Amino acid sequence: MLKINNLHASIEDKAILKGINLEVKAGEVHAIMGPNGSGKSTLASVIAGKEEYEVTEGNILLDNEDIEELAAEERAHKGVFLSFQYPVEIPGVSVTNFMKTAINETRKAKGLDDMPAKDMLKMIREKSELLEIDRKFLSRSLNEGFSGGEKKRNEIFQMAMLEPKLAILDETDSGLDIDALRIVANGVNKLKSKDNAVIVITHYQRLLDHIVPDFVHVLYNGKIVKSGGKELAHELEAKGYDWIKEEVNA
Amino acid sequence: MSLKEKLVSSFMAFEDTVDVHSSIHDIRTEAIKTFEAEGFPTKRLENWKYTSLNSVLKHDYSVFPKHENKLEFNDVKKYFIHEIDAYKIIFIDGKYASHLSQTTHDGLDVCLMSAALTKPKYKVIIDNYFNKIAAKDSLSSLNTAFSSEGAYINIPKNKVVDKPIQIIHFSTGSEAAVMLQPRNLIVVNENAHVQIIERHQSLTDNPVLTNSVTEIFTNKRAIVDYYKIQNDKENASLIDNTFVNQKQESLAKVHTFSFGGKLTRNNLNFYQNGERIDSTMKGITIIGNKQHVDHNTLVHHIEPNCESHQDYKGIFNDSSTGVFNGKVVVEKLAQKTNAFQANNNVLMSDKATINTKPQLEIFADDVKCSHGCTIGQLDESAMFYLRSRGIPEKEARALLMFAFSNNVMDSVKIPELKNRITKIIAKKLGVNIGFDL
Repeated sequence: MLKINNLHASIEDKAILKGINLEVKAGEVHAIMGPNGSGKSTLASVIAGKEEYEVTEGNILLDNEDIEELAAEERAHKGVFLSFQYPVEIPGVSVTNFMKTAINETRKAKGLDDMPAKDMLKMIREKSELLEIDRKFLSRSLNEGFSGGEKKRNEIFQMAMLEPKLAILDETDSGLDIDALRIVANGVNKLKSKDNAVIVITHYQRLLDHIVPDFVHVLYNGKIVKSGGKELAHELEAKGYDWIKEEVNA
Repeated sequence: MSLKEKLVSSFMAFEDTVDVHSSIHDIRTEAIKTFEAEGFPTKRLENWKYTSLNSVLKHDYSVFPKHENKLEFNDVKKYFIHEIDAYKIIFIDGKYASHLSQTTHDGLDVCLMSAALTKPKYKVIIDNYFNKIAAKDSLSSLNTAFSSEGAYINIPKNKVVDKPIQIIHFSTGSEAAVMLQPRNLIVVNENAHVQIIERHQSLTDNPVLTNSVTEIFTNKRAIVDYYKIQNDKENASLIDNTFVNQKQESLAKVHTFSFGGKLTRNNLNFYQNGERIDSTMKGITIIGNKQHVDHNTLVHHIEPNCESHQDYKGIFNDSSTGVFNGKVVVEKLAQKTNAFQANNNVLMSDKATINTKPQLEIFADDVKCSHGCTIGQLDESAMFYLRSRGIPEKEARALLMFAFSNNVMDSVKIPELKNRITKIIAKKLGVNIGFDL
């Protein structure tokens, strides 16, 4: 589904990604871990199409199509979804209206008519139940005054509504208490299927207890320096990142 | 002949034929003298530093437009908030259009300035209120000298008006260029409550210059919600002079939505004559091309324990220019004043300009006054967030603009009006998205 070849990316001439290779197949869950500043969030943003980053070498293929020239919204239309580490507050636009706009713009791009209001309401009801979201919450302004946990839960609600092919969860566990973590993880697990894939970017092991990865990659200094199964995450949790740094620098 | 000379000589030629109370003749004659002495304001005046009238004064305006009363409701329906029942005072080329209007004398007066200025039964009101708070500067004086028509609204004590009042001034372009000088007088008595929507709408590509004066009196505990829709054609210019005199515990709000026109100057003045008064001014300006909108506001805090709130948002595209000049005066007696002022702007193009200038003159020592102005570009991380959800660039930008203007929209109390303004903004931003905000 996703194939990243020798990806180099920089911002304002500062190289952040220095040759990433990654292949994610349908039905798989990949975790990307690594110390602060290793380039995890940059990788997520570059896949989702943030324009501030310049891809200087390599490419990103989604279903064998190079998506580098596509705008962020076009990538979204093709099924890429990024759950933000810091979701942006949009006063005056309710969660419901925002989702309606996002879904109908995606449908428009595919040549479809707007989703009938009845179907939209039904979908909103189902997905909000999945994430244990109160209906009142949906009429609040998007992310405005939301707690950290509410913001993250809302991100996964959006993921549930948009039904992406490839979901990238960027530090979705930060700011979550244990109950919220369980709800969010449960939501992600229920949305998982053999046709979609998830990339979980995280600092810590604890989210991976709930969303169990098939592969774990360690990103350090702009490169994937180690890959393994889920046991690698436990090893990192126990030993920290210093031994990885030493291995790389040796 | 310059426009000034034309106006002065027209006044001299026709004043004797105008049928108004004799006291009004004296006021008008005095006013034309002021205008003749001062002339149109120029950029040399501090208050007009960023707004030049030269480009609008160059046309050969007809100052007494002919009576062309051809409009049918269906032709102009879209300029009404027609979804709601409302009183309507409608003018075409400065003349009253009875077939488009719905006035009343039943328990309140929603009628015409021409009646108030001529009929004996209104003489006391006119003597008490007419030209009492309008500034004696050149433009208001010019309007006073030519004042003959407009809206006259008088809401008696304890009356909560059951539906909004719409005032619309149409210009049809039956002549090459037209200058209009509507004059409105609004008296809201003790405990009364009224909502008013005002619009100036040109239906022609010919130049139109409107120099309007509105005097609003809110007596004790009265509430006035006033909405100005400025979405005129590219060759229409408006100088709006509005004066609000408030008595104790009254609440007056003026919303100004400036989306169109060639040049728009809003002189909006509040005078607080009593305690525990609340004055609110809010505005959204969204313009492009070479449009110019200037908000010149004044709140005069005269007595203690009063508040004023100003919140103006501006979005400037292309080579448009904006001005915000907000003056707050707090007199020595006006202790415990709370005065807030905010002016936030987004420049969408390198060629757009905004000049924003808060002016605080505070003579009391126990007051809370704040002001803040910001000028920025669109938040790129918010843009990426929206686009990553599949919302295209143009729509994402529009959504952020809606969000930016939201706290002004939030205080619009008439849902149909809010809906209409939302649609005008969507059209202005070139998007077709049905946000029901």
